[in-house]
Amino acid sequence: MSKQIIVPFGPQHPVLPEPIHLDLVLEDERVVEAIPSIGYVHRGLEKLVEKRDYKDYVFISERICGICSFIHGATYCQAVEQVMGLEIPRRAEFLRAIWSEYSRMHSHLLWLGCFADAMGYENLFMNCWKVREKILDVLERTTGGRVIQGVNRVGGVSRDMDAAEFRRIETEIPGLRADYTELTRIFDEDLTVQTRTKGVGMLSKDMAWELGAVGPVIRGSGHAVDARMTGYGAYDELDFKPVVRTEGDCHARCLVRAGELFTSLDLIENAIDRIPKGDILIPVKGNPSGEYYAQTEQPRGEVIHYVKANGKKNLVRHRVRTPTLANVPPLVHMLAGCELADVPVIVLTIDPCIGCMER
Amino acid sequence: MKQPEQKIETITVSDLIHQVHVYHDDGYRLVQISCAQEGDAFELTYTFDRDLILSHLRIPADQKTSIPSISRIYLASFVYENEIADLFGIPFSGIAVDYKGTFIRTSVPHPFGTPQITTLKKKQEDQHE
Amino acid sequence: MALTVLKNLVKGPATIRYPYQPAKVTPVTRGHLVVNINNCIFCGLCRAHCPADAIEVSKPDRTWKLHQFQCVICGCCVSYCPKDCLSIEQTYLPPSPAATIVTVTGPDEPEKNEGQEEGINKKL
Repeated sequence: MSKQIIVPFGPQHPVLPEPIHLDLVLEDERVVEAIPSIGYVHRGLEKLVEKRDYKDYVFISERICGICSFIHGATYCQAVEQVMGLEIPRRAEFLRAIWSEYSRMHSHLLWLGCFADAMGYENLFMNCWKVREKILDVLERTTGGRVIQGVNRVGGVSRDMDAAEFRRIETEIPGLRADYTELTRIFDEDLTVQTRTKGVGMLSKDMAWELGAVGPVIRGSGHAVDARMTGYGAYDELDFKPVVRTEGDCHARCLVRAGELFTSLDLIENAIDRIPKGDILIPVKGNPSGEYYAQTEQPRGEVIHYVKANGKKNLVRHRVRTPTLANVPPLVHMLAGCELADVPVIVLTIDPCIGCMER
Repeated sequence: MKQPEQKIETITVSDLIHQVHVYHDDGYRLVQISCAQEGDAFELTYTFDRDLILSHLRIPADQKTSIPSISRIYLASFVYENEIADLFGIPFSGIAVDYKGTFIRTSVPHPFGTPQITTLKKKQEDQHE
Repeated sequence: MALTVLKNLVKGPATIRYPYQPAKVTPVTRGHLVVNINNCIFCGLCRAHCPADAIEVSKPDRTWKLHQFQCVICGCCVSYCPKDCLSIEQTYLPPSPAATIVTVTGPDEPEKNEGQEEGINKKL
């Protein structure tokens, strides 16, 4: 047995978009143990809820994360609406679903690009981000913000889409589908991708369940765990089927995300077909009192927004259990026993969003 | 859509391990553990999920008595327990992977659990900047 | 693959040379916040509701101050303004190496319709 050494990985590392620190205990080139530590981008957003009006806090909750911002805002609104017993207009729920799916696609494309970059495949990275730009254009055109949409309000959404906009989105979808088909083909068949991801970072079906993985990590290991199946918001009327793969390696997780791009397009088409007419925002009076755990599906997995209020205009507690935090145990498990060169690929396959994780 | 009401079951600390065992044997998935301040004391809420329905267990907690860790039953709980121990200063006993306060690096110990953060008045805040 | 190469050769770059070329904006883009100080009544609602604490309003001095680097351009203040004098413009602000504070001084109260001079000075 050789000597053990500790290699610090992060918080600043070329493949890490955000700061997480991992102490990798190595035996030769093999990782024996990984010890994570976070706390570099803690902004105290959960604590800020005690100082802001619960309606204004929507804008802060959207800024918990720079990628999955829309769904954070929507989930927070959903939690407050449940506490207050509000029933928001159906059209607003459909619009939220459409924008959620758009932000999911933009997040997955961003991730696929970053993942290609981590494997050293820069050309594919550029192509993914080129496609992502088309999604961002739609988001900017319909909401006013490319990444931070800012259209969620307690009681609905602040911006509507007209019939012409829906037609325009529908005409763009076939082009996007063709782009996705090409990207998926590369991620599925390319030799570079296969050699870097196949059989790397194995997470068995039982282990994924035991370690409480969420999102594409658990769906890549054969469990159909997706909060959209609960039918929150407008999802009870949309034909949703989770993307599940059984291999449990990095390649499976990558293809789950690629498959979800198509699911999102289907859901958007579905929602445009079925969206009812009506209001998009209801007036909200009074202050919330009570508590609620709202559960929705983010690009990275299931997110829980806990809201506790006592009848004042400031909430007492807002706690966000982000998917990245739930995916840390599987990450630590996958890193134990892998090669040092595979660490960046494995770290990226859980799609770490440290900003979310620390709030 | 109106979501179903959520029921939160309050139990005592000594019942916790037994109850979590029951959930585990029934095939529930651990969703999260959250902590909230309730006056001077704290409360911990364990959330489980089966067939897309959330169930909650709640126990009272404080910074003096240690809570038995459930990471022997649900290994996934170690991140939540480490997080709560780091942020709120609530001790846990027997965490399977105990980072001993190094998981979340904070400039002051237990920022959420101690009144070290004082709310400044708006005016003072401006002068400070 | 050959198709992609050919397409990219014909189409040219997919990027814009921002900031030398203007960034693409849409009619609803949130670019930056402006105030029409002539209608402002200095009620302070925008200050109270700003999620980022970026606005300062002083009634006695009749000034409206915006910490532009702190402002997250959420549009929250716009929805609260009782006189609708806040609005969001589409263009993005140029980059700057230091924090910009925009101070807008309103006209004096008695001569409300005459005082058209609004002093905009950027303190760096």
